[in-house]
Amino acid sequence: MAVAQPKQDLTETRLATLDLPQGAGWAREAREAALARVRDMGLPTRRDEYWKYTDPASLTQPAPPRAALFEATDEAPLFSEIDRLRIVFVDGVFDPDQSDDLSLAGVEIERLSDALNKDIHWARDVFGTLEAAGQTPVARPLAALSTAFATDGLVIRATGMAAKPISFVYLHRSETSDAMLHHVVRVEEGAELTILENGPAAARFMKTMEISVADRGAFHHIRAQGRDHERRAATHMFARLGEESAYKSFTLTVNGILTRNEHVIELTGDDAIAHVAGAAMGDGKTIACHHDDTVFVTHDAVNCESRQVFKKVLRNGAEGVFQGKILVKPGAQKTDGYQISQALLLDEEASFQAKPELEIYADDVKCSHGSTTGAIDETALFYLRARGVPRETATDLLVLAFIDEAIQEIEDAGLQDEIRTRLQLWLERRRRG
Amino acid sequence: MLSIKNLHVKLEDEDKQILKGVDLEVEAGKVHAIMGPNGSGKSTLSYVLSGRDGYEVTDGTAALEGEDLLAMEPEERAAAGLFLAFQYPVEIPGVGNMTFLRTALNAQRKTRGEDEISAGEFLKLIRDKAASLKIDAEMLKRPVNVGFSGGEKKRNEILQMAVLAPKMCILDETDSGLDVDAMKLVADGVNALRDAGRGFLVITHYQRLLDHIQPDVVHIMSDGRIIKTGGPELAIEVEKNGYTDIVGEVA
Repeated sequence: MAVAQPKQDLTETRLATLDLPQGAGWAREAREAALARVRDMGLPTRRDEYWKYTDPASLTQPAPPRAALFEATDEAPLFSEIDRLRIVFVDGVFDPDQSDDLSLAGVEIERLSDALNKDIHWARDVFGTLEAAGQTPVARPLAALSTAFATDGLVIRATGMAAKPISFVYLHRSETSDAMLHHVVRVEEGAELTILENGPAAARFMKTMEISVADRGAFHHIRAQGRDHERRAATHMFARLGEESAYKSFTLTVNGILTRNEHVIELTGDDAIAHVAGAAMGDGKTIACHHDDTVFVTHDAVNCESRQVFKKVLRNGAEGVFQGKILVKPGAQKTDGYQISQALLLDEEASFQAKPELEIYADDVKCSHGSTTGAIDETALFYLRARGVPRETATDLLVLAFIDEAIQEIEDAGLQDEIRTRLQLWLERRRRG
Repeated sequence: MLSIKNLHVKLEDEDKQILKGVDLEVEAGKVHAIMGPNGSGKSTLSYVLSGRDGYEVTDGTAALEGEDLLAMEPEERAAAGLFLAFQYPVEIPGVGNMTFLRTALNAQRKTRGEDEISAGEFLKLIRDKAASLKIDAEMLKRPVNVGFSGGEKKRNEILQMAVLAPKMCILDETDSGLDVDAMKLVADGVNALRDAGRGFLVITHYQRLLDHIQPDVVHIMSDGRIIKTGGPELAIEVEKNGYTDIVGEVA
């Protein structure tokens, strides 16, 4: 189908600001193919069904809107207490000086540009491949844009049990930075890897991660997006899962003018599991706030399990969106698919839009989905107040209780607590004004 | 201690008068009981005193040690020393019982300008109180009232009362849903808290709770008013003859 003229203009205007990076032949081909996909699909507009609830204009305009720097000085950075390999990006550019050496037992780590310069590299099977596969049935042109143009990112291969988590720290130092990152991850058979991500990243942040998990491999992902209230971010995680493999991802999102997090997961090996969870808190009091979680899980093998657990707490005009789909392909028998999205709206101004979808072509499956939108439980609030807990503190307690179900999806108890503490501190700070 | 004068209360959303002039004085060290038929306004009185939404005071006053209760937020009333043991304790999924109690205790202390209790001191306090109510460590760890039996919920109310050590305790139908053993445990918990500085208002439909918590004064409430006041023998009269006679005799 031909791309309509206004969409074509929008796309070409954006493309005019970007240069296709050099690289090895295969990499160049992958980038050109991705560029062709972008032109084919056109960049998204509000008129696209998939962007009905989220306006992508600030993500597609040639230059990003300015975003104030946010320096947290009142607490230690996230994951400080965790033994990890720390890799720092400043406004989307890898910073070797601030990063640990890229060496870790059980893992190979390279910069994207280095990997894509090599004539022979395992990344060839993953880079742009998972993203391309994830373009049907729904177009994700922003991800293709990052395959074509991202110059930085990491290429990581876990060959055994990674000695410790790899932690990406995204620092934001320029009010007008426009960052585009592309990470490629391969978890080999029976290997295990955890990736942590946090930090404001840039005024505008586009990030794609492609993750291929081989049979019996496990990939864990814990991410926090917060404190950088003026950010605009669109992220994509594309995962392909082999037999008996596991993919578990949790994202904490706090505020942000626009955050769109997409997960595209394909269960291709029997007995694989994929868990995706998200906890979001939005307060639109001083700066607008819009969160969008868009998840697409495809079951294409037997006896796989998928879980989507998303919780949002919104107030003062903050907007939340959840679009979640489970697609069960013919033959994907014994599928166990579960999806829940819940929003707690703390006032009349906040809003939540949910579009849960199931599409099932197998006859022996168990799939369920639910979505709720509710206000704070006044009875519980009164009970707490009657015991002497002031209204604001009581509300925070109930908010944390509500959101905890999503946090419990994190497997590691220490990381659960780390996320809980963050939320608590954020709520306390917010209360102090 | 608790002083209620000519209290008139209607429902906020409806033109329905529930309390039609309640007068009541509960002295420190005394246990007062309010009995009455269903719909007489007993529970409404407890809600209004604790500050629950949905009611409008149209006339009268309620004060705790001279302080105007009706002008305070629910949390301020609690910090001032008022405690309501709920007829239907609320389940709060996701909030641990211990966290809840410590948050409540520290919030009250903070409001009163006192230091927060240390984690160690708190643990000692709660273990001590929990043991006498046969509340085990497992129950303390669970989310507030979630999955608790009726008896466990009521014991948990009394535990909160013991830990928060209020001046004025209101027990709203604490005996409802309790078997004899549970009632005895609850009553023992309440009796252990009786002292010269503390007042009690025990709201109940039946006399049986008052076998275990001996009241000093018994009031009969009907149609939004206290229609008769007497000693413990009044409760026995109710048990024998029901409310009809008393209500009839006053009317």
